[in-house]
Amino acid sequence: MKFGVVVFPGSNCDQDCLDVLRDVLGQPAVPLWHQETSLKGCDAVVLPGGFSYGDYLRTGAIARFSPIMRSVARLAKDGGLVLGVCNGFQILLEAGLLPGAMLRNTGLRFICRFVTLRVERADTPFTNRFQPGQVIRLPIAHNEGRYTADAKTLKAIRDHVVFRYCDEDGRVTDAANPNGSAGALAGLTNERGNVLGMMPHPERASDSALGSSDGRLVFESMLEAMVHA
Amino acid sequence: MPSAALATPSVAVLKRVARSHNLTDETYRRIVKTLGRAPTLTEVGMFGVSWSEHCAYSSSKPYLQQFPTRGPRILVPAGKENAGVVDIGGGWAVVFKCESHNHPSAVEPVQGAATGVGGIIRDIFTMGARPIALLDSLRFGPLGEPRSRFLLEGVVKGIADYGNAVGVPTVGGEITFDAAYRDNPLVNVMCIGLVPVRRIARAAAGGVGNPVLYVGSSTGRDGLGGASFASRELAEGRDADRPAVQIGDPFTEKCLIEATLEALATGDVIGIQDMGAAGLACSTSETAARGGVGIEIDVARVPRRAEGMTPYEVMLSESQERMLLIVKRGREERVKRLFAKWGLAAVEIGRVTRDGLMRVRDGPAVAAEIPASALTDEAPVYHRPVRRPAWLSRAQRLPLARVPLPKDYARVLTTLLGSPTIADKSPVFEQYDHMVQTNTVVLPGRADAAVLRLRSGRRPERSRGAAVLRLRGLGRWLAATTDGNGRACFLDPYEGGKLAVAEAARNLVCVGARPLAVTDCLNFGSPQDPAVMWQFKACVRGIAEACRAFKTPVTGGNVSFYNEGPRGAVDPTPVIGMIGLIESGMGPMTANFKDEGDAVILLGETREELGGSEYLAVIHRRKAGRPPRVDLAGELALQQLMLTLAAQGLLKSAHDCSEGGLAVALAEGCLMEPSRLIGATVSLQPPAGARRPIRTDALLFGESAGRIVISCARYHVERIEHLAARHKVAMAVAGRVGGVHLCIDSWIDAPVDELSEAWRSGLRQALGVRR
Repeated sequence: MKFGVVVFPGSNCDQDCLDVLRDVLGQPAVPLWHQETSLKGCDAVVLPGGFSYGDYLRTGAIARFSPIMRSVARLAKDGGLVLGVCNGFQILLEAGLLPGAMLRNTGLRFICRFVTLRVERADTPFTNRFQPGQVIRLPIAHNEGRYTADAKTLKAIRDHVVFRYCDEDGRVTDAANPNGSAGALAGLTNERGNVLGMMPHPERASDSALGSSDGRLVFESMLEAMVHA
Repeated sequence: MPSAALATPSVAVLKRVARSHNLTDETYRRIVKTLGRAPTLTEVGMFGVSWSEHCAYSSSKPYLQQFPTRGPRILVPAGKENAGVVDIGGGWAVVFKCESHNHPSAVEPVQGAATGVGGIIRDIFTMGARPIALLDSLRFGPLGEPRSRFLLEGVVKGIADYGNAVGVPTVGGEITFDAAYRDNPLVNVMCIGLVPVRRIARAAAGGVGNPVLYVGSSTGRDGLGGASFASRELAEGRDADRPAVQIGDPFTEKCLIEATLEALATGDVIGIQDMGAAGLACSTSETAARGGVGIEIDVARVPRRAEGMTPYEVMLSESQERMLLIVKRGREERVKRLFAKWGLAAVEIGRVTRDGLMRVRDGPAVAAEIPASALTDEAPVYHRPVRRPAWLSRAQRLPLARVPLPKDYARVLTTLLGSPTIADKSPVFEQYDHMVQTNTVVLPGRADAAVLRLRSGRRPERSRGAAVLRLRGLGRWLAATTDGNGRACFLDPYEGGKLAVAEAARNLVCVGARPLAVTDCLNFGSPQDPAVMWQFKACVRGIAEACRAFKTPVTGGNVSFYNEGPRGAVDPTPVIGMIGLIESGMGPMTANFKDEGDAVILLGETREELGGSEYLAVIHRRKAGRPPRVDLAGELALQQLMLTLAAQGLLKSAHDCSEGGLAVALAEGCLMEPSRLIGATVSLQPPAGARRPIRTDALLFGESAGRIVISCARYHVERIEHLAARHKVAMAVAGRVGGVHLCIDSWIDAPVDELSEAWRSGLRQALGVRR
């Protein structure tokens, strides 16, 4: 299976994602420059973390106008897998591929650390290698990760929340919610389940040398889903 | 000759401008003599910034020559290029450097710190290296004062905003608090990069007729005179200095990194230099002088963001995120296209000439014409008066009889653990992205030094269309640390200088890394004060001796003078940035105790040394005495023992003993890993018959150098004893890991979770950060 990783000016996790896809997952993976329109035959696309266009206007607000995003939207519409991590999640929201928006963390500070997450759905193309309810460790690194949406949307997405921030025992509590995200939401799919946005960085936890390899299962799930599609 | 129309301000005006650049009348006369005529306004400005203390090291040069600069691994020695280059084997080299941004940070902490980060990163990637890590060494006044909190929060935000966006992890550093820094904080940033040896880029112009390209952001009036500004004490009315602080744009810098590394990979670039302090003036003349050629540029072609700028302003502007490239003739369009892909302007502003002159045109007129080497090599060197400060002898007196022994040692330990200098720094480093690039194998705060795994580094895709070869891993790790001890240097600058180097090396061997090389930031008061120059001289001698003893050459760095406020100078504070390599397959060691039953061992000797300790400062509110003496041969033996123990995989943990002494080092061993708190029971009581009993507070909290707390499986104790004896390092099996209390003789019995709480909440509370 061939993966594409979109490179916007200001992306800074693109190479980390390519490393994991190639070296850990052993799959072909290519960078996709934001001004191109071809997905180069990729079966799945990752929108990586970073500060696309400096995030000067609003996180992800400019990146969504990049030519490559039209092709990404088409891939999503055709049922291909699209994973947005951190800034990639913010871009998916701005592009309307996922509902809702991101606000600044309640502490008004950038937060970089490992958090624990509860896997809410283990039946998506991104989580089929997890157990439902499993507690996993992934790092977060963001300034704007407080998910928000209107009441109607929050109700509509209830079944599409894939990861929630939780404590080590899997309890969703205020104390375990690092950024004030609505419903402790850390990861969300679209209705069809083929587009996932998540604030935590699975590519930073795909190698036990880095303190956790739980993130690898996200990529392995994608591979599994595509091979058996 | 410069055009008549531009060369006519009166001598009085020129001298006034010269004085505004801190050039004395005597120096002005020297300029006239060098040129053989009166200078133009632009020329005065160019001399002013090039000959400023900041750029020319006028007062420090005579002393810096003592530093050892060569060694088998040093590929580019200090001063030759933008940063030192160290061979790490396998065809790879590490480029690293430390630089201060103290003055801008005192005026505008967010932008001051941010542009400090941006500047040092540019020094690294202009050598062709991908920046892989940042460390910050920060010093502020007491956190109880609102201005200190304002400065700390601003500096941390500046580092975070810039470093996080630019995608270089901030993996370590240090933060200390002392009243000496309340007016003038210290913000020193170190950057490390990785480059294939054959791809090291040079900062020298070459090839007569080759085009000179200006790349990156446009030029504005921001930061005008920054280099001269940094060479002056901060005046009372700080706000008046605000225009001299530059504004950083990490997004442009990120694009600049990628575009520059791609451009260097093409082989079309002859020379490259970042426009840092003194902007175009320094970057053009330095590249010309290094290449033994001249450069002619036309300021009319320089992209600008402000209207009506004079050649003087264009040459001296310190607008950020700009580079100067000398490229092969005929390849300029290809290079320009590459930068355009990243949304960056690349404009041809001039060419390399044969005549060795730095010629600045403004359209048809000539605004400056100076021998390039005059700007770079002929700067005045000042042999400033040196005098031992009169107050020093009194400060060094510490009659211990008048220091009362505490009644409750556990309470002292808890207080020290919660003091901001010792307390957990995670409220700060969690604001930094310390994981991007996925090489950070030891998280900040878990070991004595930052550790990165070394991989092949990243190559630009599509370089020359060749297949991209990726080495999976280099099987080694890079460790880095920054260390300094202003209080020790205040009390004895020579011992303090040695101590900073010794502690840096000790931190590296505690993760199992062999110390390789040093970069330093020397932060001092005004060089016009003979007492400050005496401190400087003694400090440099101490650093040089230690670096020579440890075979860790100094590869570069910077000197920051004029760190003063209305209340006087900062403590003399050399900050040592040191890198090391872990080459054994065992990987890095961390500082926390691991398993029940493991032996706790003390390496090194504890003497009755309380002078300059954190204990005296925090508990007794005294800054007095002589700092711990450093025995360089003993330190070296300790380093070698540690590397042997690490290579044989005998250790479970290692932690250097510094601020707060043995008690704090033992407590940190118990609590550093938040998910695995564990107790320990130890005895520090010297064996019966020891020469002279040491005061209990000195035993617990004294900061004697050359000590490390290690832990190991019990069955390794004998082997370690044997090796310690062979290396002639004093060793004592002090106790064992286990339980939920830290017990030290009959003096301390404290639950580890309480100690942990004190340590974790110290800085968090002071800053109001919610977990």
